[in-house]
Amino acid sequence: MTAPHVESHRPSAMGNDLRRFVDLTRTLAVTDFKLRYFGSFLGYLWSLIRPLMFFGVIYLVFSHVAKLGSDVEYYAVYLLTSIVLWTFFAETTNGALRSLINRENLLRKIRFPRLVIPLSVSLTAFFNLTVNLGAVLVLALASGVRPQLGWLEVPVLVALLFVLATGVGMLLSALYVRFRDLEPIWDVALQILFYGSPILYVASKYPDSVQHQLSASPIAAIFTQMRKAFIDSSAPSAAEMVGGTPRLLLPLGVIFGVFALGWWVFNREAPRIAENL
Amino acid sequence: MASTTPEHGTSTSTAIGEPVAISVRDVSKTFRIPHDRLLTLKERALHPVKARKGGYNLLHAVDDMSFDVGAGEFFGIVGRNGSGKSTLLKCIAGIYDTDRGEIGVRGRLSPFIELGVGFNPDLTARDNVIINAVMLGLSRQEARDRFDEIIAFAELEDFVDLRLKNYSSGMQVRLAFSVGIRVDADILLIDEVLAVGDAAFQQKCFEQFNRLKAEGRTIIFVTHDMYSVERYCDRVMLMENGRMVSIDVPETIAKKYNELNFGRIVEETPVDGAGDRYGDQAAAEVRDAWFEDGAGERVVAIAQGDPLQVCLEVGFHTTVEDPIFSVALRNEMRQTIFATSTEHEPPVGRFGAGETTLVRIAFENWLAPSLYSATPSVARAGPKGANVFDVREDLASVRVFGPRFSGGVADIPHSIEVERQ
Repeated sequence: MTAPHVESHRPSAMGNDLRRFVDLTRTLAVTDFKLRYFGSFLGYLWSLIRPLMFFGVIYLVFSHVAKLGSDVEYYAVYLLTSIVLWTFFAETTNGALRSLINRENLLRKIRFPRLVIPLSVSLTAFFNLTVNLGAVLVLALASGVRPQLGWLEVPVLVALLFVLATGVGMLLSALYVRFRDLEPIWDVALQILFYGSPILYVASKYPDSVQHQLSASPIAAIFTQMRKAFIDSSAPSAAEMVGGTPRLLLPLGVIFGVFALGWWVFNREAPRIAENL
Repeated sequence: MASTTPEHGTSTSTAIGEPVAISVRDVSKTFRIPHDRLLTLKERALHPVKARKGGYNLLHAVDDMSFDVGAGEFFGIVGRNGSGKSTLLKCIAGIYDTDRGEIGVRGRLSPFIELGVGFNPDLTARDNVIINAVMLGLSRQEARDRFDEIIAFAELEDFVDLRLKNYSSGMQVRLAFSVGIRVDADILLIDEVLAVGDAAFQQKCFEQFNRLKAEGRTIIFVTHDMYSVERYCDRVMLMENGRMVSIDVPETIAKKYNELNFGRIVEETPVDGAGDRYGDQAAAEVRDAWFEDGAGERVVAIAQGDPLQVCLEVGFHTTVEDPIFSVALRNEMRQTIFATSTEHEPPVGRFGAGETTLVRIAFENWLAPSLYSATPSVARAGPKGANVFDVREDLASVRVFGPRFSGGVADIPHSIEVERQ
């Protein structure tokens, strides 16, 4: 008897067909994006309106009432940039958290690489980010920010944020299947991260005693470097804020460490996701 | 096509000379059913002991199964609810991981476990077709290339840009089915999808399955419906409690399945001996009654057409001359379908006190599929009709099963001639 050609047939995170993996991720992400914005009257604009409104309120409060940004060059641009980036991070992680549960009908009915689900959430959020960065660019140019060589760094910084958000997303989505109270826990964690990271303020506002430590969080480092590269080349770099270039290994280590952890946990859980839902 | 009868629940052979499309080797799948599932971190923190020990029951959904499906086979899997057939299908489909064993699959596999997976009501048919096709294994380019074909098969050319939520459910099913069928997988897994749709649609489905089969594709078909099993499958596997009972030709398996199924139902039906009892039983009593097949084995279920006999055991307390034994058969609708007695037979003779006699009434089993109960009685013959000693309503029962229900209470052998004038 001919032995059948045995390919790995278990449910897995990645599958063994990269083309299918990419096609699926793309299809799911594009569909989500379409669903969110094409069905409504204002379409794409909705993607913009939320962070813009948020930005408007924050800007009024912090530049005119709390005067947080009085000594920051292009504070409005920094605020919008960081809010847009933060929106991407929050959208990815929050979306990924619930993603496996939301796609239960797919997971229980069809065999496909499980990682497609949280990754498509990252991708949808990334589409939004691209649209929103367009608005940031308009505001930046209108505010007097001029193109500089540092802009070349922007894609790298966005990529790092993408890796971090996707890592957290993989971790959360796999764990949420087991622990359903992760949602409120992550809500609180996001709040802490939001106020603890240099979003409404810049990293140099941290108290001197803990400035190096707090600036070494991945989000702080990315946002700080973003400010220098994109908005104001005279602003301190991430390396300066953490106290020396070698210390940049810390945020980088966290970014890739979280990604590796998320990857490992997701791979471990992937074969049994369908039955644990 | 040749078939094999396995010994002791394991079979490794397919029809001779066929390459194997799917091989299942020693596969087991067990689910833990926790008594008290800890779904949150809080609970785990509060009950660390319970979290570690965690009482649970093991459910052996698939228990050490091995079999092969040959390329080009139409292979049926039948079994009662909870027998593990859907879990097995999900293991083959690669949706569930197996605990032990190996499943080998050759070729692209398309699961029809549910039609229209991933369909979104807010998107147009066009978008949904592409998404569904990609989910089922096509590349985006292939999906776009086959789009027209899919829409044509579903006969929905005029509704391509309509959102799915404005489709009727029948249109949605048609669309979903055409996507599934046009993915052109080498192996199709079909789980009761044909329960949906009208008769004409089901007919169309099976025509497609036969077309695919003729093209050498392999089809695994999970169902309860013995009629379609007998009509389409080459070989069928019967499952019970996560194990394979046997693999055989459809006719044999359909019979076994019905025995298994209806045997259980009859056991659970409180008909036996539950009925009323009349008469004083002073002179004679009906002690027991049961059904037997042609070989004299007691049965609670039997296939239509198989010889059937109803037996009664009668005990006498005094001497009785020429008693009359009779029995009446009622169906589920409580209609008396058949009754007979020894009244108009030659006299049966004298029975003495303390004597026990066995009466066996054999008949050709033309009964329509239903549950039948027998009401036996014994009576004294007299000039003014029978004087009843003992009547026991619904003392025994038998389930008659058949491939289809004709609508009549009996299926009398007949011939039909159609003569054109």
